[in-house]
Amino acid sequence: MERPEAEPLSASGSCQAGEAEAEAGSGPAAEEPGGRAAGTMMEDCLSKKIEITVSEAEKRTGRNAMNMQEIYTAYLIETRAVESQTEGQCSPPDSLWRRYSEFELLRNYLLVNYPHIVVPPLPEKRAEFVWHKLSADNMDPDFVERRRIGLENFLIRVASHPIICQDKIFYSFLTQEGGWKEMVNETGFQLKAESRLKALNATFRVKNPDKRFTELKHYSDELQSVISHLLRVRARVADRLYGVYKVHGNYGRVFSEWSAIEKEMGDGLQSAGHHMDVYAASIDDILEEEEHYADQLKEYLFYAEALRAVCRKHELIQYDLEMAAQDLASKKQQCEELATGTLRTFSLKGMTSKLFGQESPEQREGKIKVLEEQIHDGEEQLKSKNVEGREFVKSAWADIERFKEQKNHDLKEALINYAVMQISMCKKGIQVWTNAKECFSKM
Amino acid sequence: AGRAAAANRRGRRPGCHGGMEAESRVPGPPLSGSPAGGAGGAAAAPRPSPPGAARAPPPQPPEELAFDDDEEDLEVFSKDTSLTEANSFSPLIPTSPSSMINQYKFEDEPELKDLFITVDDPESHITAIETFITYRVVTKTSRGEFDSSEYEVRRRYQDFVWLKSRLEEAHPTLIIPPLPEKFIMKGMVERFSDEFIETRRKALHKFLNRIAEHPTLTFNEDFKIFLTAQAWELSSHKKQGPGLFSRMGQTVRAVASSVIGGGVKDRPDMFTDINDYMETFNQKINLIDKISQRIYKEERGYYCEMKEYGPIHTLWCASEEDLVDSLKGVASCIDKCCKATENRMAGLSENLLPALHEYVLYGEILTGVLKRRDQIQADLDSKVDALSNKKTEKDLLTEEIGNLEDKVECANNALKADWDRWKQNMQHDMKTAFLNVAENNIHYYEQCLATWESFLTSQTVDLHLGEDSEDKP
Repeated sequence: MERPEAEPLSASGSCQAGEAEAEAGSGPAAEEPGGRAAGTMMEDCLSKKIEITVSEAEKRTGRNAMNMQEIYTAYLIETRAVESQTEGQCSPPDSLWRRYSEFELLRNYLLVNYPHIVVPPLPEKRAEFVWHKLSADNMDPDFVERRRIGLENFLIRVASHPIICQDKIFYSFLTQEGGWKEMVNETGFQLKAESRLKALNATFRVKNPDKRFTELKHYSDELQSVISHLLRVRARVADRLYGVYKVHGNYGRVFSEWSAIEKEMGDGLQSAGHHMDVYAASIDDILEEEEHYADQLKEYLFYAEALRAVCRKHELIQYDLEMAAQDLASKKQQCEELATGTLRTFSLKGMTSKLFGQESPEQREGKIKVLEEQIHDGEEQLKSKNVEGREFVKSAWADIERFKEQKNHDLKEALINYAVMQISMCKKGIQVWTNAKECFSKM
Repeated sequence: AGRAAAANRRGRRPGCHGGMEAESRVPGPPLSGSPAGGAGGAAAAPRPSPPGAARAPPPQPPEELAFDDDEEDLEVFSKDTSLTEANSFSPLIPTSPSSMINQYKFEDEPELKDLFITVDDPESHITAIETFITYRVVTKTSRGEFDSSEYEVRRRYQDFVWLKSRLEEAHPTLIIPPLPEKFIMKGMVERFSDEFIETRRKALHKFLNRIAEHPTLTFNEDFKIFLTAQAWELSSHKKQGPGLFSRMGQTVRAVASSVIGGGVKDRPDMFTDINDYMETFNQKINLIDKISQRIYKEERGYYCEMKEYGPIHTLWCASEEDLVDSLKGVASCIDKCCKATENRMAGLSENLLPALHEYVLYGEILTGVLKRRDQIQADLDSKVDALSNKKTEKDLLTEEIGNLEDKVECANNALKADWDRWKQNMQHDMKTAFLNVAENNIHYYEQCLATWESFLTSQTVDLHLGEDSEDKP
């Protein structure tokens, strides 16, 4: 089943493949014109230049980090230049094999280095929201197949994103088989990843939260909650529907046996029974297709997490800013007190110096000087932090707008797909029961 | 409306829109309607010529639409509310015998139906000793042997049991229709729950109507008394008869002999065939009954989940301003499909399930009938044996044997005829029931299809208007 290609509707500047490695907090956003140039199509986006498919999945055995044998699935990534296709030449694609953990590594790298971007999610690691017939086994061929599609979708989404499609590591992921992992590690992102994780899990309170981001966080929570609920109930509905169809299959067998003792009714019964079998069998394809719909919803369930991560990063920046401002303010105050000799705030040092005698003027001068330097540095830092904060907000919000458009488009399309599936199911049902009715009328 | 009317025209009505008893549903036309003219409105249709034998006009129903004599044929086209109700799958209390009179059931040789019975209005009675339910039994008839043309009595389950046993005694080798069970073993249905009472009421209604349709049983004296006697009259009449015990003895002996003696020797092949057939039939019908019950259960489960599924989409609307239309649309579609499922389930519980259950019960009845026939033959055989052994009393025995031979012949003939009749009915009833299922299902899917298609149309129209169409797949 085709996945929708994410069409980025926001424009950004040039989108050269393989440039500008991003740094935390700024990155290519700094090079780009702010906001969106309305209506400009992303002609230069990677997805327009190369066609990416994850075409195959294969079971492999290997050795893991602890030198124990393991079985895993490898996925074949094929890339083909778009131009070569349109000219009617069908050049063979470039290809390489990657496993799920490498995709995870890529995504973590992107998360760390583009914290202002709503990074597309990976398909689920383990099967969730299963209904009873559906296997929760990662090795199950249906699961593997759906995962293959999900991984392809992930790559296409990244390639369609105006900013992250330019990332060198991403490009290498698609094209460079050997040594890619080492390349990633050399960027030193692991360190950043650790501190990011720590920060994500820390609890702190921001004094002046940005209302937009608070609302966004709230929205992402709601999105996650409602999609989870929907997926859960959908799974139960699927389960019951499966039951209804499959029990009808029993009619087939019994009608057939019954027809053996009937003269006039026999033929009608027998042929009706056949249609009952057809009916019972039809549910398998129907529900298989519905799983793809569920996957579309799941993608946005996971996108909610990505949204939340951006909000969290903003909170961190804001908190950092507030702490820096607070620190600066207290240093300034200290400086003032030292200069004027008044003790406004209670401090042990102040008390001890009162008790044990004043400091010498040289000592005081020294302290003031140190503080003034610190204040100067602090002001510089605060300035750059402010800039950083504003840049982050600008670029994050641009991406959030882009994401919103994509989400509205995709979800609407998913709902339409769902309707199409239901229509197909109804038509099949009418067909089968019309046939059965004819058989019954011959009884 | 026209469809049901047109179908009424010939033969037994295929029970298109529910109603396992054709009689209770639609007050259709007494005369055949013109083929294409059946659509709804009251048209001034030319009076069609009735096919085949002429019929006497039915007794006028007082409470139905008042027709003048020359408007009789307009009944065919009248917009009767019960006709539209027939399309809505809602459970109907069977209409009164008066409305049933307007409907004719044509057998292969057209017969006049002159006995109409309904069972309804269950009422609870509480005495010091017990609590029980009585049902109202209304009879309308034009038969001469009935003193009046209309009767209304109240009967309790015990009374039905009594009637059945009297019929079995009077006609040991006729197939007496089944009564609903005394208790329901499976499920949590309580003895006096509404569901239980309604199921029982429908089955009792069916029971009496089957007897009324039976060429022999319909003229049974106890049957007449059951339908017409007041409560005290019935009690005193009950006390007179031989009672249950003699019949029980009969069957006990029959069961005993067939268990001990193995089969009856020289049983005519026909009855062995019937026996074999019934063995397989019973097995299959029981399976089908179970399967159908299971389907009902699954459908109900599906219905419950769907009820929760739709509203989640509405809930989602609250956080998505741009998707409100789509989400609300999906929610509404799911709710409509939910309703359609309800109808589908109702179809099962009103038609297929009771029909199947009746034939499950018939299994035991037929076994009993065959055994009683065997017993009658066994009586003859033992007397014949006695004759060859005894030296004295030859004349007496010979006379007895003569009588018994007649008895056996009668019994065999009666059973044969009734068996053929039963088979025909079974075929018809099964066909009707399954046709009904198929039609219900088709209707269900058609309803769902319509609602999703209309949603899709509304969505794709928006898409083409609002967005860049070249991007769409």
